[in-house]
Amino acid sequence: MFSGFMVNTWAVASIVAVVAGVVGFFVVLRGSAFAADALPTGAFAGAAGASLIGVNTLVGLTVFSLLGALGIGWLGRRARHDVAVALALVAMLGLGALFLSFTTEYEPEISSLLFGEVLGISVNEIAPVAALGAVCIAAIMVLYRPLLLSSVMPELGEARGVRAQRIEMCFLVVLALATSMALPVVGALLIFSLMIGPPAAARSVTDRPWPAMGLSVVLALVTVWTAIAASYQTNWPVGFFVGAIGAVCYAAGRGWTALRRTRLTRSAGSAVAAGPDGSAGARARGVLA
Amino acid sequence: MNHVLTAIVEPGFFASAPVHVALLIGGVVAVVSGIIGTFTVMRGQSYAGHALADISVTGGSGSFLIGISPLWGFAGTSVAAAGIMDLIGVQRPRGRDLATGIVRGAGLGLGALFLYWDTTHTTTTGATITILFGSMFTINTSVIPVVAAFGLAAVGIVAALYRPLLLSSASSDLAAVRGVRVRATGALCLAAIALAVSLSALTIGAILSTALLVGPAATALRLTARPGLVMIWSAAIGLAATWLGILLAFDSYYWPPARQGWPVSFFVVALVLLFYLLTLMRPAARGVKPGRG
Amino acid sequence: MREDVLIVDGVTVRLGGREVLHDVRFAIRPGEFVGLIGSNGAGKTTLMRVILGLLPPSAGQVRLGRAGIGYVPQKIQLDPDMPLRARDLVGLGLDGNRLGIPLPSRSRRKLVDEMLRAVDAEHIGNARVGNLSGGEQQRVLIAHALISRPALLLLDEPLANLDIASEQEVVELLARIAREQRVAVLLSAHEMNPLLPVMNRIVYLAAGRAASGPTDEVVRSEVLSKLYGHHVDVIHVHDRVLVVAGRGDGLDIPLEPATPAAS
Repeated sequence: MFSGFMVNTWAVASIVAVVAGVVGFFVVLRGSAFAADALPTGAFAGAAGASLIGVNTLVGLTVFSLLGALGIGWLGRRARHDVAVALALVAMLGLGALFLSFTTEYEPEISSLLFGEVLGISVNEIAPVAALGAVCIAAIMVLYRPLLLSSVMPELGEARGVRAQRIEMCFLVVLALATSMALPVVGALLIFSLMIGPPAAARSVTDRPWPAMGLSVVLALVTVWTAIAASYQTNWPVGFFVGAIGAVCYAAGRGWTALRRTRLTRSAGSAVAAGPDGSAGARARGVLA
Repeated sequence: MNHVLTAIVEPGFFASAPVHVALLIGGVVAVVSGIIGTFTVMRGQSYAGHALADISVTGGSGSFLIGISPLWGFAGTSVAAAGIMDLIGVQRPRGRDLATGIVRGAGLGLGALFLYWDTTHTTTTGATITILFGSMFTINTSVIPVVAAFGLAAVGIVAALYRPLLLSSASSDLAAVRGVRVRATGALCLAAIALAVSLSALTIGAILSTALLVGPAATALRLTARPGLVMIWSAAIGLAATWLGILLAFDSYYWPPARQGWPVSFFVVALVLLFYLLTLMRPAARGVKPGRG
Repeated sequence: MREDVLIVDGVTVRLGGREVLHDVRFAIRPGEFVGLIGSNGAGKTTLMRVILGLLPPSAGQVRLGRAGIGYVPQKIQLDPDMPLRARDLVGLGLDGNRLGIPLPSRSRRKLVDEMLRAVDAEHIGNARVGNLSGGEQQRVLIAHALISRPALLLLDEPLANLDIASEQEVVELLARIAREQRVAVLLSAHEMNPLLPVMNRIVYLAAGRAASGPTDEVVRSEVLSKLYGHHVDVIHVHDRVLVVAGRGDGLDIPLEPATPAAS
């Protein structure tokens, strides 16, 4: 499974995993699971439309997910956030349904767009994916401090001149780019499993941002590699394995947190200290609670 | 007059049997989704609704595998998923969304597997399309009683829990002090949402059922401040979008480019969005303007 | 002897390995106006949640009189598009736990109007709760709590973040409501001075321990020093009270008005 065209898959998948680990860290921090979930699903409509008019799928994906991000940002100012995401999502999906209906033989292609396809990566795709990935990571590095601040303590961020809406918009755009590059391998519906499971697990191990991001990248790589290998062997969709492993990561993270909390309670013992409310656990969880 | 009528309604519309079934089932589903959707949006559970809808894909594809009607598959998995989501639910909204996303991912991954098995092990074609984008015009009349039963169950739950749901949506502490079993109420509401999305998965597809759940309710919330009226408006808007959507889909049969009709799910979603965007043009209904406190 | 409205009997609460409340005892009689005073972190919110039944105590118990409690939280977060008008929220205080669709009832509507009038909130009855100002919302929440005719009204920090003039308004409103509606009041605050004119009794909470009784019996150097576990002075300036803890190195830290707790 390491020969010929599979090399492309491994290369692209690894880039995808790195970006997912980094961007996913902020997805988990901001709790924007719905947006991370909605953008790729909508992007799939772009892929359908692109192949309809004969344009490169990746271009169609990117354009649509960017439009989706803008839509969420625009609607988010007028309605509550989850409604905005839901409406932007169904708008894109509705168009996707329309585009799909215009073509004839499409079922296998829908499946691979939605659930991932291990075999379909050509060598031409490596460069654009790598480029998009580099842009995403660069953007995160540039926005690192204001993004962290407005995610964790929005009021403090506002006081320091970090406009929450502007940061939200930038983050959505980065999210859109990240999902566009991940879609061909992992599939639209399961990208966010990659962006939630590994980072959530990483965060329950450590609170410090850089180690958490690093661990999140490592876990994402492990997830993707395992999924590709398993998919290659069994022929089952890659997305199934990503979804399953993502869930395992998340569950492991939650289990670890629960274990740590009981150990902390026992060790804190019968201390009857006066002072600010909140157990030692709150301090251990740090500001990222 | 006759010319105008035939321009809007293609001949054969009212005589067509599938259209009758579509109007009936589509109508019931729209009303149920509209009512349940009100509580969904109120409780900030649009994402949960979307996740449940996607998870029902798993049930739909599973049902093709074992040869039962997709509706049972949709309903079974989404209600089960609602139970799981409630069990692992975290108190803070952020944690809740992450848990929802993971359950959705796992459920969808399983659905991917089932769909794959559908295409390799069964002879049914178009399973993917049916499950994802609905089968409004090809619904078997045998499911009508099931649809009615599920619809009544869902609406019955929120009707019975009307006041506790309203209060716990405003403040779970106030509800708990009043004696409301907040956790159980929430779980039942989630089950009602699961039933509603599985119904609309049947008509406009699992992926798009969120539109009928969230759109009309969000629109209605901008129109009035009275809780009872919101539900009525929401049901009416969903109904209008569905029936108009059915009509337009029927009319579109000879439209380019494929000359086999545009999908009804597209029209329904487009209309739902149109109605919402129309209400964005006016400021939301605020009730009586509060004086200086 | 009329029965007590609330009896807190030896309540102890342990959270996360730490004892937040220790053997708290006091009782409230009908019509009393009681202040639960303590700085942030002293355990006021925890005690309130135990009284309301939202948190089980690790030891001890809470006994309520027949007529129950009305709860007024500090605020509730509502989206502006939440379809709940002030009158809807107040009505839910009456039957928010009942199943089934409510039929419009003239007597219910009259009762709701009456309550809104009692808290000077008639004119905002049809406004969405999510659109109300802080003060308006507070009054609607009070009406919500009162409509079921409880014997005790429990308010969580109703004076927090208010300027002096507004503080006085709220205190007068509460005193008037307590008189007119004949309810006992237990409210938590970190500063006792605004309440001195209307408070019958005080429950003073420090480091999880409580002392309760008439204000001038409790707010005394000996009593509070024992509570805090180190020396504390009570100073009267005009008709205000200052509680000051000395650190022994010449630095005196006032414990009231609220400042960061003495370490």
